[in-house]
Amino acid sequence: MAARKILTFAIMDAPYESARSTTALRLIDLALRRGCDVNVFAYEGAVAVPFAKQQPHPNAVHGRSVEEEDHPNPKDWVGALMAEAKKRGLTFNWVQCGLCVDERGATEWIEGPRRGSPADFWKFVEASDNTLVIPTK
Amino acid sequence: MDRYLLIESLDPFESNDVERYQTLGASLARAGHQVTLFLVQNGVLAARPGARSGPLTALAERRVEVLADEFSLRERGIAASRLAPGVTPASLDVVIDRLADGWKTLWH
Amino acid sequence: MPKKVLSIVATAYRATLEEQDDTVVWLMHALRGAGAPVDVLLRGNATNYAVKGQDASGLAFGERQQTQPPRVDQDVAKLAANGARVFLVEEDLAERGIERAELITGVESVARAALPTLLAGYDQVWHW
Repeated sequence: MAARKILTFAIMDAPYESARSTTALRLIDLALRRGCDVNVFAYEGAVAVPFAKQQPHPNAVHGRSVEEEDHPNPKDWVGALMAEAKKRGLTFNWVQCGLCVDERGATEWIEGPRRGSPADFWKFVEASDNTLVIPTK
Repeated sequence: MDRYLLIESLDPFESNDVERYQTLGASLARAGHQVTLFLVQNGVLAARPGARSGPLTALAERRVEVLADEFSLRERGIAASRLAPGVTPASLDVVIDRLADGWKTLWH
Repeated sequence: MPKKVLSIVATAYRATLEEQDDTVVWLMHALRGAGAPVDVLLRGNATNYAVKGQDASGLAFGERQQTQPPRVDQDVAKLAANGARVFLVEEDLAERGIERAELITGVESVARAALPTLLAGYDQVWHW
């Protein structure tokens, strides 16, 4: 049986500012669906992706209530990916760059991610089959 | 021979650095490496036959595989039948497969 | 043997005043401190990072002054001084009118045509 692949992603974008955030989640989702273990190093604005205090809102322009808008926040996507990894018996590590967390005050996140540092990113890189850096602009 | 997956998320209408990235792809192919240029997000806006699709067709003629993310195409209403010569729609799975297979993967 | 990585830095002066650093150059220092043999290729606007004598001092809002402005040229020079190879794309310098005499020491220029050979020497290439 072929060994399970391990992929590491470094992401930098805060949610809601760039299409890169969603593409990154699409890639993580696909990696999990293809049976890979996944590591994520969230750097800079990306530490806000799993921020626990994100809340949905109604959409008056479209005349939709909160329930009708049914708008998952990025933290919900991350939570769903964590659940998917668990269901499939895969490892999904999400490390938040600690200094980036501190300077943004983004100190509360959903269950799953943990605080870390560039040293953790390097450990991920060394332990992975490959790494993709998705930079911000 | 190395294998390179160059992911292009930017479009040449907004960024003239796209041309430089394409040049890198061409030079890697010329040096004998296997190269795929994968257009994603607004990168697919250059994929219709138009003012900036010529370089993509030229890359394909120089043995660079030029792929465009199917979801990004659909999101922008670009039909697969309307792509410039040499550009092929593809699933984002290609990125995961190539990463897992050890391709050197760069995101622009 | 640790993986050999080339970090290509293309974006320049994005949030450098807010951060008091270029956060990718900073990350390269941190990674090298963690034992990562990362080298750097500056391309595009980031080639300007190698211009010596940059001065971002003096930022102040009301009574609050910035006392530690970013010193990106010095940070890049320190990378080179600490053993990283720091490359610049020479055509990108020329296009921006940057002359060799303006550059910090320790950087190596490389022609665009030589990039395939450069990249081939690394296990991974990251583009920032």
